Amino acid sequence: MTDEIVIKAEGLTKKFGNFTATDHVTFEVRKGEIFGFLGANGAGKTTAMRMLCGLSQPSDGTATVAGYDVATEYEQVKRHIGYMSQKFSLYDDLTVEENLVLFGGIYSMPRKKVRDKITELLQELGFEAERKTMVKSLPLGWKQKLAFSLAIFHEPSIVFLDEPTGGVDPVTRRQFWELIYRAADNGITVFVTTHYMDEAEYCDRVSIMVDGRIDALGSPAQLKRQFHGNSMYDVFYALARTAKRGD
Amino acid sequence: MVMAIVSVENLKMSYGKGRVQALKGVSFDVGEGEIFGLIGPDGAGKTSLFRVLTTLLLADSGTAVVDGMDVVKDYKKIRQHIGYMPGRFSLYQDLTVEENLSFFATVFNTTIEENYHLVEDIYRQIEPFKKRKAGKLSGGMKQKLALSCALIHAPHVLFLDEPTTGVDPVSRKEFWEMLQKLKKNFKLSIVVSTPYMDEAVQCDRIAFIQEGQLLTIDTPENIIRAYTRTLWAVRSDKMHRLLTDLRGITGVNTAFAFGENHHATVDSSVLTIESLREQLVVIGHHNIVIEAVKPTTEDCFMNLQK
Repeated sequence: MTDEIVIKAEGLTKKFGNFTATDHVTFEVRKGEIFGFLGANGAGKTTAMRMLCGLSQPSDGTATVAGYDVATEYEQVKRHIGYMSQKFSLYDDLTVEENLVLFGGIYSMPRKKVRDKITELLQELGFEAERKTMVKSLPLGWKQKLAFSLAIFHEPSIVFLDEPTGGVDPVTRRQFWELIYRAADNGITVFVTTHYMDEAEYCDRVSIMVDGRIDALGSPAQLKRQFHGNSMYDVFYALARTAKRGD
Repeated sequence: MVMAIVSVENLKMSYGKGRVQALKGVSFDVGEGEIFGLIGPDGAGKTSLFRVLTTLLLADSGTAVVDGMDVVKDYKKIRQHIGYMPGRFSLYQDLTVEENLSFFATVFNTTIEENYHLVEDIYRQIEPFKKRKAGKLSGGMKQKLALSCALIHAPHVLFLDEPTTGVDPVSRKEFWEMLQKLKKNFKLSIVVSTPYMDEAVQCDRIAFIQEGQLLTIDTPENIIRAYTRTLWAVRSDKMHRLLTDLRGITGVNTAFAFGENHHATVDSSVLTIESLREQLVVIGHHNIVIEAVKPTTEDCFMNLQK
């Protein structure tokens, strides 16, 4: 991790009519950091994340992602980030290789580079034998790992992961986090949402949203001290209980 | 043993002319008034099993009896006596909250008034929004409406397919409290599936399911008691490196991240807590904490998984 700031949100706000989904949110994320973005359902995480990915315009405040303004330079933002959600980001009826070639093409990567990276990636994942396998016939855990690799295939500076481990078995879930660690070690900033509180412990820092605001921000150890909890579950519970708006 | 309200015998089921085996011979009983949890990852066969038990799919072989009726022969009768909440939100999005509930009551020849006592606790929480279209509800409210609709005809058995998936920890806890109340107040039998291992302790008995097979069936306490490995929680100032380092140490069988600690299963004839500590110090770890811990249900699942 370095001191370079790659995400900077200042008073970031989104209103839908008279409902303030994201309410003046301010935070920074450093390069190579694993940043956990937590909150109850309906706390405003998805709305905030959509703004940071350049998919939704802020009603107020500003945010820069990878140095680009999300309100004016959103196309540049999209080029410099990766995104993966629990709902698949892979094409089921393409092979593993075809998916990778397609994504490389979408991000205008040189063909030679795409070819080299595919070989390297499949080796790293131990997927060489599955190069020509249709994605739909892969086990779920493999798909998840592949989807993550695809999200960082174009070497983005930041990857957004929206509940990436939902529904996977406990071993695969942990292997997935080892991929996250490796990406962070390589300087990729990881912005991740999860409902698994043990995973909150794996983050360098965690923010917790309540009713559209960020009500807590710090390392898991700091937050546990601050909220007198033994675990991140205690911290989460103490904060989420104070929510006024129904989810 | 209480009477079995669900009885499943060697159920097999496949898709695509036998290419995908979703259930590979599943057998279990659910006692009357019991909360029975099917715990396993996506693709384990949970939904297929639910669909067979709710008479929506035919198994290839094996038998299943629900509330004294055969799922094949008595499929029409069974449907009167079970409530089913599918994994995907399956209510009518363009009907209001109230219209949905009233629709499900009518389909089963009853009225909201007649069985209001059953849903009261849950429905009251969404009643202020009863004129809102179901499609416009938040996730938590949809879940409460779906549960109300599954209950409104006073079923004997409730089948809930992953009701808490994608739900935050606080709302999950609230949902389980609703289920515990239903069990206590109405002696309802509940079969519920979940990918969250920590929810196992909410069930009277659980079955771990993976790749179409049950790995074990028992009470959560007994499953934890049956765990025979030596399990240590380990942490140091370099958690990520510690994981790799642990795996390289002789006597450590497995090492996985578990929240703020790593859990290592070890061969205690090779390694003691002190000898592990010494080895970790030598390779540069500081602030080392190692302690023997009781396994969680997740440790048990991971142990049975291989």
